[in-house]
Amino acid sequence: MGAQLRVYKRRIKSVTATKKITKAMEMIAASRIVKAQRQVAASTPYASELTRAVTAVATGSNTKHALTTEAENPVRAAVLLVTSDRGLAGGYSSNAIKTAERLTERLRAEGKDVVTYIVGRKGVAYYGFRDRPVVESWTGFTDSPTYADAKRVAGPLIEAVRQDTAEGGVDELHIVFTEFVSMMTQTPVDNRLLPLSLEATAEETEAATGKILPLYEFEPSVEGVLDALLPRYVESRIYNALLQSAASEHAARRRAMKSATDNAEELIKSLTRLANAARQADITQEISEIVGGASALADATAGSDK
Amino acid sequence: MAAELHVELVAADRSVWSGEATLVIARTTSGDIGVMPGHQPLLGVLESGPVTIKTAEGTVVAAVHGGFISFADDKLSLLAEIAELADEIDVQRAERALERAKSEADAAAERRADVRLRAVAGH
Repeated sequence: MGAQLRVYKRRIKSVTATKKITKAMEMIAASRIVKAQRQVAASTPYASELTRAVTAVATGSNTKHALTTEAENPVRAAVLLVTSDRGLAGGYSSNAIKTAERLTERLRAEGKDVVTYIVGRKGVAYYGFRDRPVVESWTGFTDSPTYADAKRVAGPLIEAVRQDTAEGGVDELHIVFTEFVSMMTQTPVDNRLLPLSLEATAEETEAATGKILPLYEFEPSVEGVLDALLPRYVESRIYNALLQSAASEHAARRRAMKSATDNAEELIKSLTRLANAARQADITQEISEIVGGASALADATAGSDK
Repeated sequence: MAAELHVELVAADRSVWSGEATLVIARTTSGDIGVMPGHQPLLGVLESGPVTIKTAEGTVVAAVHGGFISFADDKLSLLAEIAELADEIDVQRAERALERAKSEADAAAERRADVRLRAVAGH
């Protein structure tokens, strides 16, 4: 076998092995999207009931709460950025990071200090490499977050919003995550989570359901209910963001791995062509060597006959 | 047939139980509350505790840890971060958890395990 041919054969073998890996990752990601979507669906009843309850409080009372009052001069804003733990998901993490950068810039332009909270190893690495301060980060659960994870993330954030700005608290809480639109489309979005504008929530729900909520009796009191309700509401929103991000991550990974598999296939095809051509060239050369040798022999015998 | 109300018991990550009931008893921060059809609209904060749902066929008991009860138009929703039906609770595991919580003096875990066991006992 010719040297050229051997080199091609070796490359085909290694690309085939890579293709098998990417194909497997594609299939795993595809099955996980379905699971993640099911989780999003399973968490919907809780989220919608909670929104209804918050709306009920908003329409039924005029109570002020630390988590719903807008600061007159907001000076500090917290940004929660949701990225993935693992790479090989195309532009998933970097798109989220880019959106967070834009948001940070906008908030800075408005004269607010920005403090960053991060979910996912990729975001932590990005900020760590650039030596930017991160208040708190959480890793290890981005591909299948549980409610307990969301609670862990929400705790310090709610605490920071409750704290006085002068003592290091924040006035606003923004969240950047990747919304799962469809299998093909995932868009990074930034939302302001706190302070919650109750009027807007109320209007949204009324527009959606088309009816006015009844007057509730609150147990133990409006303030008590609101106190317990708002942190849960924030947790549930963060939980939803984590779940959508997980679904988006799997979808992005599936797509990235699909194109990697396609590329490998393409590469194998062209390498096989080259290998065939090399083999053909080898054979042609061998034949011409034999023919050349035979005719030289024939010439020699013909000469001796004379 | 007695009037019935529609109950949805949902945990943060799943829907636990839903159906028609004649009476629901839950523990709010200001005491136990019983809700029957036609009750006035209500929104309350739940304590950790067993929730009893009486239906035409029998009684359903669930352990609920933190959450809300909201009732309007004969529709009752029980929202809980964690909710388990009594049939789903692993008694041995809850007992082990209770002992562990006691030895570690973890009040929250102890209460959770205790609520689970009481939900099973009330079943």
